[in-house]
Amino acid sequence: MDAAALIQALTERFPDAVRSSHAYRGDATIVVSREALLDLARALKGDAAFQMNFLMDLTAVDFSTFGKKPSSAFFASSGVAVRPSAELPDEHPWPGPPRVPNAAAALGAPPGPARFVVVYHFFSLPLKHRLRVEVPLEENDAEVDSVTSLWAGADWLEREVWDMFGIRFRGHANLKRILTYEQFVGHPLRKDYPVNKRQPLIGPDGHASDHS
Amino acid sequence: MPRTIPDNSVPAAAAASDALETRDMLLNVGPAHPAMHGIIRIVARLDGEQIVDADVDIGYLHRGFEKMSETVDYNGVIPYTDRLNYVSPLINNVGYCMAVEKLLGISVPERCHYIRVIVSEISRLTDHLTCVGASAMELGAFTVFLYMIKAREYLWELVESVTGARLTVSYCRVGGVKADLPEGFAEQCAKAFEETRRVLAESDALLTRNRIFVDRMSGTGKISAEEAVSYGITGPFLRASGVPYDVRKDCPYASYDRLEFDVPVGTRGDNFDRYLVRMEEMQQSMRIVEQALRDMPPGPFQASPQTGRSLPASEMVDQGKVGNIPAIRDACAVTDPTLDGSAKPLHVSIATAEKRVFLPPKEDTYGNIEGLMQHFKLVMYGHGARPPKGEVYFAVEGANGELGFYVVSDGGNTPYRVRVRPPCFAIMSALPKLVVGDMMADLTPTFGSINMIGGELDR
Repeated sequence: MDAAALIQALTERFPDAVRSSHAYRGDATIVVSREALLDLARALKGDAAFQMNFLMDLTAVDFSTFGKKPSSAFFASSGVAVRPSAELPDEHPWPGPPRVPNAAAALGAPPGPARFVVVYHFFSLPLKHRLRVEVPLEENDAEVDSVTSLWAGADWLEREVWDMFGIRFRGHANLKRILTYEQFVGHPLRKDYPVNKRQPLIGPDGHASDHS
Repeated sequence: MPRTIPDNSVPAAAAASDALETRDMLLNVGPAHPAMHGIIRIVARLDGEQIVDADVDIGYLHRGFEKMSETVDYNGVIPYTDRLNYVSPLINNVGYCMAVEKLLGISVPERCHYIRVIVSEISRLTDHLTCVGASAMELGAFTVFLYMIKAREYLWELVESVTGARLTVSYCRVGGVKADLPEGFAEQCAKAFEETRRVLAESDALLTRNRIFVDRMSGTGKISAEEAVSYGITGPFLRASGVPYDVRKDCPYASYDRLEFDVPVGTRGDNFDRYLVRMEEMQQSMRIVEQALRDMPPGPFQASPQTGRSLPASEMVDQGKVGNIPAIRDACAVTDPTLDGSAKPLHVSIATAEKRVFLPPKEDTYGNIEGLMQHFKLVMYGHGARPPKGEVYFAVEGANGELGFYVVSDGGNTPYRVRVRPPCFAIMSALPKLVVGDMMADLTPTFGSINMIGGELDR
């Protein structure tokens, strides 16, 4: 199934869950609400039309500074801007970071940008198609259902997202840090975590040693 | 799924005997252990010699690859990708560059695709040689290790002649590769492959019917096809369980769809099948490289059509002055030999036409003002290529499985987010599943067949 047909089939099957979709550069992508994620994932795995037996990747993006980065150099505005070449028509434009409906949306305002987006990459070996599922989350309620019951490989991937972004996975049996250590303060891939921040050296007793 | 292991061991089978009390023993393997191919800690709970539970602790080599990628420009990430899988760095280079090219919407010339295939397959050979050789050594077959490292040396000499480095190659560029293949590469490659084939035949004779080796490898570290898929395992590890998934066949990239090769699959999903799959994949990789060298479109004209030799730049100017245009029409000038990368052609068929992306070859940077400007517009702080806003995922077949790059751009000159899907992360997460029920001594061949690479596991 190509990207457009896959999105079409998913939109027809889950009209309430699929909030938006795009096929930028041919990658089929749908944005779903976190309430619908587990049902959708179950159907993606089990349904004969999708057969997404691989959870290839599970990661997150912190969109809090998207497009807001101050120009890093005095002459930065004269940097070369590269546009896609003409022989590759951009018929599927990228709609921008996913958004979450918030309190303002009830008053008719457009939904605000989500701080975190959990990104799932699925692959179907029998049907040879890929799908990206994005779940936008708000900063003060960064929690989403765990898919460890469907894919065993989600265990470590979800632990990594918790470690790096501080997003919780409801129903995960062992949600602890994986790449850093228990005493680590903060979540390093959040955009407000400074890249040069130092952490105290942890001694064998598990306490920060005075190393200054 | 890893379970938490209590600090004190639990008395087990108390009813077995009143006089004998047996209890499980906790054994801490690592973080630094001679049989571990990197820094990793496995806390195994043993009942006698049998592993009843295992907890795997990773992250000792975490150095923030994804965070650092957000601080440099798009070409600046390439040296970091060298350090992901440091046994086959060229495949990481190719995967990252192709992901950014997909984001930019550009493609590279046909010859560049073939060059990327050739260097990827040579890297796959070095990776499999290291993996099989090291796991054979851990089972006592030291000779095989030395033979395989010898073959790997021949291949690394090839890599060195192409890229100028053995390990931290940084060969690919967004929109091309650093330089064309050197002169005489095909002959050098044929010689290296002859040696590699000899080593593979010798190793096959030493291992495949070796009673000790087969007993240790066969039936240990088993995983079924369904479980392997559920863990997200890819690559030779998955194929040994009988699932014929190969990114090169199922989602072909570069020029793999035009090359003929077989995907070996196993049936039992144990360590021995993984050994056999890797041995056969090395033969297929050599087959791919030989086809690619044969089918590759020719490079740019290096030699003067009259003399058959490369044309020095000063001589070319002289020929132009006297109006001898036919003599220099298809020739490329050779610049000063002290310049980096001289005597190589001017890259017309290995780089994309998109000059706003591709770092020019050094001959151009040093040799003419356009090249110099192109270079500085791409490397100056705050400049560099600015892909449109968007997100892409691109996967290549790494030596251990699907190596995916997920790149998000906010239109700036640094990537907004670079995520790498390391193939051995999924395999390592299945390690408790693989070793529970086996003997403690089986941990060594199982861990060897995983081919854990700390650089890509911990990033």
